[in-house]
Amino acid sequence: MNWVIVRRRLVDVVSKVLMGLTTVVGVFFLLWIMWTTLRFGIAGMHWDLFTKDTPPPGADGFGLRNAFVGSLMLLGLSLLIGVPVGLMAGTWLAEYGFRGRTANTVRFINDIMLSAPSIEIGLFAYAIVVGPMGHFSALAGSLALAILMIPIIVRTTDEMLSLVSNDVREAAIALGAPNSVVVTRVTWRAARAGIITGVLIGLARITGETAPLLFTALNNQYFTTNIFSPMANLPMVIFQFALSPYTNWQQMAWAASFITVLFVLVLSILARSLAGRVHVQK
Amino acid sequence: MLNVSLPPKPSNLDAGQSAQPSPAKLAVRNLNFYYGKFHAIKNINVSIRPNTVTAFIGPSGCGKSTLLRVFNRIYDMYPGQRAEGEVLLDGENILDPRSFPKLRAKVGMVFQKPTPFPMSIYENIAFGIRLYEKLSRSEMDDRVRHALIGSGLWHEVEGKLNQSALRLSGGQQQRLCIARALAIKPEILLLDEPCSALDPISTAKIEELMYRSKEDCTLIIVTHNMQQAARASEFTAFMLNGELIEVSETTQIFTKPSDKRTEDYITGRFG
Repeated sequence: MNWVIVRRRLVDVVSKVLMGLTTVVGVFFLLWIMWTTLRFGIAGMHWDLFTKDTPPPGADGFGLRNAFVGSLMLLGLSLLIGVPVGLMAGTWLAEYGFRGRTANTVRFINDIMLSAPSIEIGLFAYAIVVGPMGHFSALAGSLALAILMIPIIVRTTDEMLSLVSNDVREAAIALGAPNSVVVTRVTWRAARAGIITGVLIGLARITGETAPLLFTALNNQYFTTNIFSPMANLPMVIFQFALSPYTNWQQMAWAASFITVLFVLVLSILARSLAGRVHVQK
Repeated sequence: MLNVSLPPKPSNLDAGQSAQPSPAKLAVRNLNFYYGKFHAIKNINVSIRPNTVTAFIGPSGCGKSTLLRVFNRIYDMYPGQRAEGEVLLDGENILDPRSFPKLRAKVGMVFQKPTPFPMSIYENIAFGIRLYEKLSRSEMDDRVRHALIGSGLWHEVEGKLNQSALRLSGGQQQRLCIARALAIKPEILLLDEPCSALDPISTAKIEELMYRSKEDCTLIIVTHNMQQAARASEFTAFMLNGELIEVSETTQIFTKPSDKRTEDYITGRFG
């Protein structure tokens, strides 16, 4: 055989083996993480988790009702703050800012925000909400989470609206529709699946965020729905309980992480199935 | 030049008025149009007679679509595009920002690619009507049905009005768009190469629809397809490089054009 062909074969085999190995390593750790979460998580599953609040330190029993409700409230409040802001900003970029200098500056800053360290955002919420209020609160936590989510929503809204064909916009304007009607009734509708996907991705991103909650919502041993007080939440439960000396608390940390992973998984699957529809609609 | 020959002799550019002294529905006077610095339409004069179909033909980039986009002022959407001169609709200048706050209710437009909105067939028609009229549910049902019957689409979509308009075929979508534009009872309907993406059967249906719509409305069509201009229009205007070369009755343009360039284009020597 020709030397060139031998060399090519060799390079081909070596690189394929290397690629295969690295894939195996990546998938191996992923599966290991999932398996561990599943094993300990399911072992920690207990009906009391959903019906009872956290037991006092050292006491027996299970209970995470306060953390489940707290997490849902934090996420809900973040959506309430983040979705309108993100949607409006993204709409402005795509429908009014176009490729102008202002819009591109906003896009650039938004991209920086996308990769901002979450702990820094938490510190910011601490400085502007927790400081003046004098105590930790769910509101501060939601604000921090919303700030993390907004850039994701801005970006997807901008991109999805930019995908809407300009002909459709012109057609609506040619009928005499004012801009407000064109945006709310035509282009939002055309980009709906994509925009919702963005919100879901944003939600998945903030679901497991712990760092910004450290200085904002903190945690709470008790059940509360008061957004002006510290509130229990799953990420902080995982953080604090996993480090605690009590076995039942450690088990609850695994259960909490299992449920968080499950929740994010469901969000991702929803987002993927919706994103699939975006292309069909085009 | 061609356009200043108006007063002294009966100009062939004024097809609408020279044939018969009926007032022009739309009169274009010394119109110039710019995309930034690019001079896309050069001093055009033309009159369009009411209840007729006028076709604008010419090679790509000659400015015929641009001209159409002046007639409903849709170029307004884009900064940097501007028109100078006059476009008189029933004697009033539509380029004057103070006139016709509801210009687009009077001048409808259909685009090259079908542009159904991402909503049901019913909602597509109702969308335009709702912009101008507040109707009860039953009145709206009536109007939507009428619009669909008028466009010959009724039998094809009856019973699936709540289905997404995006699921219709291309030809059906285009007829839906025409029905949507006609549903608000415009006085003029602009059609920008409405059949270029369609098969011959859909094209025939749309030409038939245009023929029927003439009773209530004046139609202006831009087309690349000379057979279509010959079939569907009564007057034809030939444009080249932003200038209007010749306007007259369609039969005359296609049999005895008065300008050499028109003849060259029609016989396929360029474009």
